[in-house]
Amino acid sequence: MLLVARRLVQALLILLGVAAITFVLLYALPADPARMIAGRSATAQTVANIRHELGLDQPLLMQFWHYLSNLLSGNLGRSYAQKTDVWTLIAARLPATLTLMAAGIFVEVLLGLTLGTIAAIRRGGFVDRLVMMASFVGTSAPQFLVALLLLYLLAVTLGWFPMSGFGGFSHVVLPGVTLGLCGAGWYARMVRSAMIDVLNQDYVRTARAKGLSSRRVILRHALPNAILPIIAMIGIDIGQFMGGVVVVEAVYGWPGIGQLAWQAIQQVDIPIIMGVTLTSALAIVIGNLLADLIAPIVDPRIRTR
Amino acid sequence: MTSPETAATVLSVRDLSVDARTPEGLKPVLRDIGFDLASGETLCIAGESGSGKSVTSLAIMGLLPKASLRVTSGEILLGGRDLLKISNRAMRQVRGGEIAMVFQEPMTSLNPVISIGAQLTEAIRAHQGSENAEAVALRMLEAVQITEPARRLQQYPHELSGGMRQRVMIAMALSCQPKVLIADEPTTALDVTVQAQILTLMRELKTEFGTSIVLITHDMGVVAEMADRVLIMQGGRLIEQGSAVAIFNRPEQPYTRQLLAAVPRLGAHAGTDGPPRITPQPAQPPAEDRTPIMNVQDLRVTYGSPASRFLKGKPQVHAVDGVSFDILPGQTLGLVGESGSGKSTTGKAVLGLIPSSGDVLIDGRNIAGLSQREMRPVRRSAQMIFQDPYASLDSRMAVGAAIAEPMVIHGIGSKSERQDRVADLLRRVGLTPDAATRYPHEFSGGQRQRICIARALAVEPKIIVADESVAALDVSVRARVLDLMLELQETMGLAYLFISHDMAVIERMSHHVAVMRGGKIVETGTRREIFEAPSQEYTRALMAAVPIPDPELYQKRAGAN
Repeated sequence: MLLVARRLVQALLILLGVAAITFVLLYALPADPARMIAGRSATAQTVANIRHELGLDQPLLMQFWHYLSNLLSGNLGRSYAQKTDVWTLIAARLPATLTLMAAGIFVEVLLGLTLGTIAAIRRGGFVDRLVMMASFVGTSAPQFLVALLLLYLLAVTLGWFPMSGFGGFSHVVLPGVTLGLCGAGWYARMVRSAMIDVLNQDYVRTARAKGLSSRRVILRHALPNAILPIIAMIGIDIGQFMGGVVVVEAVYGWPGIGQLAWQAIQQVDIPIIMGVTLTSALAIVIGNLLADLIAPIVDPRIRTR
Repeated sequence: MTSPETAATVLSVRDLSVDARTPEGLKPVLRDIGFDLASGETLCIAGESGSGKSVTSLAIMGLLPKASLRVTSGEILLGGRDLLKISNRAMRQVRGGEIAMVFQEPMTSLNPVISIGAQLTEAIRAHQGSENAEAVALRMLEAVQITEPARRLQQYPHELSGGMRQRVMIAMALSCQPKVLIADEPTTALDVTVQAQILTLMRELKTEFGTSIVLITHDMGVVAEMADRVLIMQGGRLIEQGSAVAIFNRPEQPYTRQLLAAVPRLGAHAGTDGPPRITPQPAQPPAEDRTPIMNVQDLRVTYGSPASRFLKGKPQVHAVDGVSFDILPGQTLGLVGESGSGKSTTGKAVLGLIPSSGDVLIDGRNIAGLSQREMRPVRRSAQMIFQDPYASLDSRMAVGAAIAEPMVIHGIGSKSERQDRVADLLRRVGLTPDAATRYPHEFSGGQRQRICIARALAVEPKIIVADESVAALDVSVRARVLDLMLELQETMGLAYLFISHDMAVIERMSHHVAVMRGGKIVETGTRREIFEAPSQEYTRALMAAVPIPDPELYQKRAGAN
């Protein structure tokens, strides 16, 4: 429990840091939100009025202080363009994004674990080389390209899945696979090398010497040891994932926070950008916390005494 | 004891040959190995590293790594079946069910993420069905005399000591009452007192369960204590076999004789004060009445951090707790103790390699509080040789450059002078000067340790700290390296702080001996005092635990107890 408490304090500090950095970066932008809102034909007076209304004419430190004090009371501010509470906007789209992320991680881990394990067992053989080549292609292929290829093949040509939108299970398959595929190559490599290492360990030999089947030796004895480094990876990986989410949501017209962020960036809608950034940071922090909590369940050596 | 003529043969190996697949093609690893194992017999396979003894055991278990090793001919007969011809499924029933194995490394042989209980019951379920697996597991842990057996079932391997883990391994191996137990160096990684307990346990269990044992070891002392019959292997061939008494008393092959001669025998040097050369040499010059080259007063090394106002601190461990000793020029202090006794930490601390408190005077200079720069001249007079000759040489640095490096650091000589000195040092340690241009991987373990010694000698030190410097070497190689160290001591007047867990090696090398336990020196004295009249119970226990490489003497001692 001490671990959780310490992690929560750390999480708060990280979020504060993220807020400060994003804030400074956004205000260093040459774009002027007041002018964007007012439109091209607006007079200087109108722009100044809008700027005053949004509090943009105050010193940067004051603005940040206002933002933080609002944040601590759970208020992410109001969108400049949509005139709506930012949290309401994010909350409405969060389920879609979380579904997409869950699907992506599922595909990624399932493919990565299976392929990596098979490659390790067949080390040096044809299957191993095939998996490694595929994973190389997977990690290096740009996500939008994978998305377009899948769309063309499985949605347009074969018509198995809907082109876009959010709804039933069939809607989530293509975006989930797109999101997971790139990571899967990476995981396959990680799992393969961890597995090769574990298969050479003395305890695997002991398990074989007991007369266990190869299947049991691999699933019961080798795999739990090989996924130990992978668990920590998944936590860190959520950050990578958020980047992919924006692309995938754009291609598939997925109504998640990636889309929201995409629109907000175009409109210099600073409160939304801040809100989405903080939500992503929170997701990464939670992901890492989960990884830290799951690791001791699998590995008794790091259980706190 | 069972005589092999009358007892039934359990396992029989005929003309077994194994090849290794290497980039240069197939290389023979085993050639025409043949032996019978009688029911209730303990058969020891002895030999040095690379002799093929472990490959033999893995071949019997069908556990040879397929990618690199392959059985090319021969038969392994168990109950009339040839294990090399049966199906994988049938072989799985044999493995663990009829032939079980205990491995060398208790620290890594158990799965770290599975509880002891689950690992035990798994073996039982695989061969005897699920009923009462837990009860059988508990009974087995009781049989191997582990403390608190019920609690151990819930624990994980990292919570157990090496000796306990090896007991668990033995329990696991015997849980299905196999006909044959193969133990591959089961006690090599254990402290000598724990080794004695495990060997006793194995003898008791053999009688209790009626298991035949194949014991693989490089330690002739262990062979003498355990074996009914002995096989001697060298270079993948079986060169001699016979009853234990016959092998020890009337070895036929020169290699067997050499192997036996190289074994240090505890008590072999009783009645002398200095360490005699293994090959006879003139006596040592007396080295009394001189000021010590190393003087250590109240040395303490503490791990962990004390609690402060803000931090809870880590629990403090006194790894070295008030150790004091002197070493005279040209003499050797043997520092002996079991793992965790603090002997290696002491070795590092006296050279200022880890932070410590207390006074260490090297050649009259106190190293306490010296900066890195001020330490440099002191380092010239005190050098170190480490345990692992494989890891302590940079694999990308030519041997000559490695030996010259300390001279470069200390600014000794010109480039050509250093080259001459490297050649001279290589000759001194028994290598040829052309070794200078070669790389460490071209040398054997013993040769590498010679190179490490040459490197330590490069700056003409007055004292060398040797931390388990021969522990990783085979007995015959070990004997030659020890001999070299004695010779260098004689000709160069070197002093050694010789750290070892091996009482026999300590006896061979030392003028004075200090016995360490729990970070403290529990007994110190001349070699004669320690080995002929130890005053501490612990010292006596350490010595009693050392296996005697003489089966008849062992029988007598065992009978007397």
